[in-house]
Amino acid sequence: MVTADEVWAALAEIPDPEIPVVSLVDLGVVKGVVVDDGTVRVDFTPTFLGCPALEVMQRAMEAKIADLGAEAQIRVRLDDSWSTDDISAEGREKLRAAGFAPPAPRQAEKLALVQLERGFRCPYCGSTNTKLENLFGPTPCRSIRYCEECRQPFEQFKTL
Amino acid sequence: MTSDRVDLLLSMADDELILGWRNSEWTGIAPFLEEDVAFSSIAQNEIGHARALYELAAAELGTSADELAFDREPEEYRSSPLVELRRLEWARTIARHWLYETADEIRLVSLKDSDDAEIAGLAAKMDREEAYHRMHAEMWIDRLLATDEGRVRLDEAVDELWPYALGVLDDELRDELRARVGARLGRALPEVEAVPRGVHEAELAELWEEMTSVRRSAPAGAQW
Repeated sequence: MVTADEVWAALAEIPDPEIPVVSLVDLGVVKGVVVDDGTVRVDFTPTFLGCPALEVMQRAMEAKIADLGAEAQIRVRLDDSWSTDDISAEGREKLRAAGFAPPAPRQAEKLALVQLERGFRCPYCGSTNTKLENLFGPTPCRSIRYCEECRQPFEQFKTL
Repeated sequence: MTSDRVDLLLSMADDELILGWRNSEWTGIAPFLEEDVAFSSIAQNEIGHARALYELAAAELGTSADELAFDREPEEYRSSPLVELRRLEWARTIARHWLYETADEIRLVSLKDSDDAEIAGLAAKMDREEAYHRMHAEMWIDRLLATDEGRVRLDEAVDELWPYALGVLDDELRDELRARVGARLGRALPEVEAVPRGVHEAELAELWEEMTSVRRSAPAGAQW
């Protein structure tokens, strides 16, 4: 009989399809695992609703759970229960090491452009002399920034 | 017959799907690369919102998001005419983007307090993501208002689109849209009747032909 801990460990091996340095567990998108007889129920929250990787993530979880000899039931929660604040400390460090500036903490007040324009740290040289190039990037969760110090463009995980 | 809840979900989903499609028409041909990326990403996100809204409606109707998105006839869509217009001209594209995002924020904020937990939860998530679309639109409004030519072109585009923008919202939310748009532009908006939802622009049929062509070519269901 599979245990919840084994399921968590297996899900922690699934890389994010778009940013494979972090796992689904690092991202914090797995909200709960319940093992009931031969069935494993997983509560899953999408990152951005427009993320093209959502179905790939679900299929990967189903396959991992099938490998453990159980049947997966993935419940997708279409609500505000995921935030970039749920990315683990380890996940943030992996993002930084791979050249992504981790997301800033979610603020209580409404997000404003001025907060995003300056002050984020370059993942390559550590300078905070960076500017926002584009709110949007190659996937819905990323913005493009430029480091004025080391002249390197880099991506930043958007705060959600 | 469908419930008011399904009506609301389909109205919003159709708006997001059709606008997502329109925004994607800039992929590859926007005035510069950064806007090509921005409009493509916004399009992807809007279509993701459409999918989530269709899923809630589909659960109630016993169907699927894909069937709702692609298997209805053009006249069955509940999209607002604002999103159906094909406007491959930059000032009008920006004006439509800004008017829609402003109206959409008013609508989402009203739904975040809904008694329906699924609708309130999804509206809250969408609102956080839409904040990036709004910042992008507002940045362009700043830019257009900074020059005489930009101001003139934005004013012309807003006046042309204003009856359509009113039609995105239910009657009781329109005053707020009028107040916000008027305050940002520092002028009154034309006193006009809203172009209502459910009356379709000719461009929708053309869009529908293209959007559903792959699915219609494989009625048994394409396997990807």
